[in-house]
Amino acid sequence: MEGACREKGSVMGKVFALGAASGQAAQVDAVFLMILVIGIFFFLLTQGLLIYFAVKYRRRSPDRDNETPRITENRVLEFFWILIPSIVVVVIFYYGWRVYTNLHEPEAGAVEVYVNGRQWLYEIKYPDGRTAINEIRVPAGKPVKFILSASDVIHGFYFPDFRGKMDMIPGRTTVLRLQPDRPGRYPIFCTVYCGTGHSNMMARLIVMPPAEYAEWAAHGEKEGGEGKEHEPLAVRGERIVKNAGCLNCHNIEGPVKVGPDWKGVYGRKVLLEGGKTVTADEDYLRESIVDPGAKIVKGFPNVMPTYKTTLPKDDIDAVVAYLKTLK
Amino acid sequence: MNGEPETGRGYLEERGWRSWAYTMDHKRIGVMYLCTTIAFFFIGGIFALLLRLELLSPQAKYFSDHAYNVFFTLHGAMMIFLFIIPAIPSGLGNFFIPMHIGARDVAFPRLNLASYWIFVAGFLVVIASLVSPMDTGWTFYTPYSAKTGAAVATLSFGIFLIGMSSILTGLNFIVTIHMMRAPGMTWHRMPLFLWGMYATSIIQVIATPVVGVTFLLLAMERIFGVAFFDPSKGGDPVLFQHFFWFYSHPVVYVMILPAMGIISEVIPVFSRKPIFGYKAIAYSSLAIAFLGFLVWGHHMFTSGMSPLANAFFSFLTFFVAVPTAVKVFNWIATLYKGSITFEAPMLYALTFIFLFAVGGLTGPFLGALATDVQLHDTYFVVAHFHYTMMGGTVMGFFAGLHYWFPKMTGKMLNEKVARIAWALVFLGFNVTFFTMFITGFEGMPRRYAEYLPRYHVENVISSIGSAILAVGILVMFWNFLQGIRKGPPAPGNPWRALTLEWQTSSPPITENFPEIPVVTDWPYGYGEPKGRTA
Ligand code: HEC
Ligand SMILES: [Cu+2]
Repeated sequence: MEGACREKGSVMGKVFALGAASGQAAQVDAVFLMILVIGIFFFLLTQGLLIYFAVKYRRRSPDRDNETPRITENRVLEFFWILIPSIVVVVIFYYGWRVYTNLHEPEAGAVEVYVNGRQWLYEIKYPDGRTAINEIRVPAGKPVKFILSASDVIHGFYFPDFRGKMDMIPGRTTVLRLQPDRPGRYPIFCTVYCGTGHSNMMARLIVMPPAEYAEWAAHGEKEGGEGKEHEPLAVRGERIVKNAGCLNCHNIEGPVKVGPDWKGVYGRKVLLEGGKTVTADEDYLRESIVDPGAKIVKGFPNVMPTYKTTLPKDDIDAVVAYLKTLK
Repeated sequence: MNGEPETGRGYLEERGWRSWAYTMDHKRIGVMYLCTTIAFFFIGGIFALLLRLELLSPQAKYFSDHAYNVFFTLHGAMMIFLFIIPAIPSGLGNFFIPMHIGARDVAFPRLNLASYWIFVAGFLVVIASLVSPMDTGWTFYTPYSAKTGAAVATLSFGIFLIGMSSILTGLNFIVTIHMMRAPGMTWHRMPLFLWGMYATSIIQVIATPVVGVTFLLLAMERIFGVAFFDPSKGGDPVLFQHFFWFYSHPVVYVMILPAMGIISEVIPVFSRKPIFGYKAIAYSSLAIAFLGFLVWGHHMFTSGMSPLANAFFSFLTFFVAVPTAVKVFNWIATLYKGSITFEAPMLYALTFIFLFAVGGLTGPFLGALATDVQLHDTYFVVAHFHYTMMGGTVMGFFAGLHYWFPKMTGKMLNEKVARIAWALVFLGFNVTFFTMFITGFEGMPRRYAEYLPRYHVENVISSIGSAILAVGILVMFWNFLQGIRKGPPAPGNPWRALTLEWQTSSPPITENFPEIPVVTDWPYGYGEPKGRTA
């Protein structure tokens, strides 16, 4: 694992040079710096006073201790020391939240990578069907969307150099977005304790210059990815859908059969029984297949069978990938 | 009220194990709690040192990874459930709540004894779980905790019992504070330690049942296969985290509020000044207790909760900072124009403010969403909570131990040795834990038995610091033992404090006071020729 994580210079060094491994990381660092400055200011203020008072008002002669003044409150002072921290925390909250939502904004045209955590490795799948273990290749300068899942226990997916982190949860799909700017190799750590091998659960993220990436994507067998199974995910998904009888109830386009049709299903707003609306993201699609009764589309009967036991997790991923292609 | 009482025997005079095991004297029960919890502080500390030993090298060297995982689980579980949560409330609280309000005992002495023995049963079960020691971390996250071969059900049953004991103690204290106050002891004449304990007891009574139920569900999942948290059978692993933190977040205030109460006692006594902003300190404890129930989600910003829920929890989290900051300002303002001396209790109290400020001011990094996503589950968090829990609560506990030592034992401590111990603790603590902020910022995840060589230097520094800290603590407790064995006898009120426990002999008589005192004033009228009337 060592080579995977070639020294990239300490993170600390990067902050103070204000050069993080991506634009996003630099934004996070800016929030960090802001809180740091505010924190140091209040620390020096309070502890400076503490030390100053402790020295200045130390008891000089033992008989003088009945002469301290009776100061028990000061309304104005107290008002301000409630008001000022309240304002400061709202400001910190606001910037932390803004930057966070910025980073989570979906970006069009993102390169997708499926990553599944299991004790104690990361399984990587690309939409074109290549697979790999513990090694992820992405192009520099393009948005990347990691679609995360786990097969046994909760794992974490964390790249310190990009300040990004997301848990991988069995039975759910979570998403982490990233736009790596600088080519290089970066470590990925598991951050949620997952058993004996937890501290050895690591992967590397290889950010390639776009041209190199394109070449690798064209004939990947040469380097990296084990790429045996070259059937693209979506193609595999289509095959599964045909075999599993989904099309008995669903039309891709055209007259509505028993269930809703699928054209444009990914990303559409779905009105549910009970009046709520949800956006059909990966997690919703997956849930519709493994637990159709959980959210019923308005106007349709609750008749879809669950595929939880009949379709393995991999196949469900493939089906979801296929559904996403139906634009 | 002053002066040595002629009637009654010192509470320590009766001998023999029965006089302890069956005692209904809140002071003896408090002492038993103190001894038990301090024993676990030492055991937990030994585990911590083993962890630091292993982390001297990036590769597994002395123990297997599994052993390391067991050690950090036991370190966390023991320090939290068997030391920090019970030590101040059940130990010092038991001893001093009745004395502070001028009562002869708690409201339900028999229940109090029962709580202690339930606590003992709890830790015996915890020890029994060592046959197949836990390796889940003290947080017990599912699905791992539902799957591992370790004795999760046993350990969680032990903690269930300990929780029961702390609910009973909490109830007992609430009733005691409501019903047993001496004549004239209005709410606003109560020492601030009591306000802290009151808020703490409320949290214990409300929050502890939740963790009890959570552990029951987990046990049912493990034993009967009822899948509450197992996704492959329709459960939800993240649900466990919600339950767990709904308890475990408020519980950090169970740990810190009593310590803050101690600080509010010690600072005025040693600066001979009335406490500044009495009501602000008192009510901010209640505010913290209340807000503490609304922010559990900030432990789960990366668990796939919706961004909206994250924003909501982040926003509320910041508001816990305000009442906390107010307390710190009040303590510092109390020093202003005081006549300050620096005996060991005061040194620890000032250290509390200093270290807790670091812990508090690193909180916003974890409360703000953007930076929490980066720092969550790294050593930054480890550093942050050790600054608040150890730099805060444990320093407050040490302040309390030094402050009340003469009262509890009737002996004085060697001040010089106490200061040497303090210096070592202060130095060792900062070397160990300040470094961890940097380690965490550089991205090293917590709970790692092995790590990349790029973090080597930081880890070695932390390990050296932990050795200094350990020496400091040994010196401190050696001093306590020496004090008990051959310290000079303590006068009734060595610190010239105004709270009621000091107005009786040291050690107190079994009935606490020769006769129930009548209170005419608040306990902070220092410096004035005569106390003011509240
Ligand atoms: C017996 C008929 C039936 C079969 C077979 C069936 N479905 Fe469905 N499906 C439905 C119905 C009815 C609904 C709408 C009610 C609901 O939400 O459960 C639905 C809803 C869905 C939705 C949510 C659509 C939306 O617009 O929100 C998805 C996705 C889906 N099905 C996928 C599948 C896949 C993939 C398969 C095959 C593996 C499949 N279905 C097999 C009847 C069926
Ligand atoms: Cu893991």
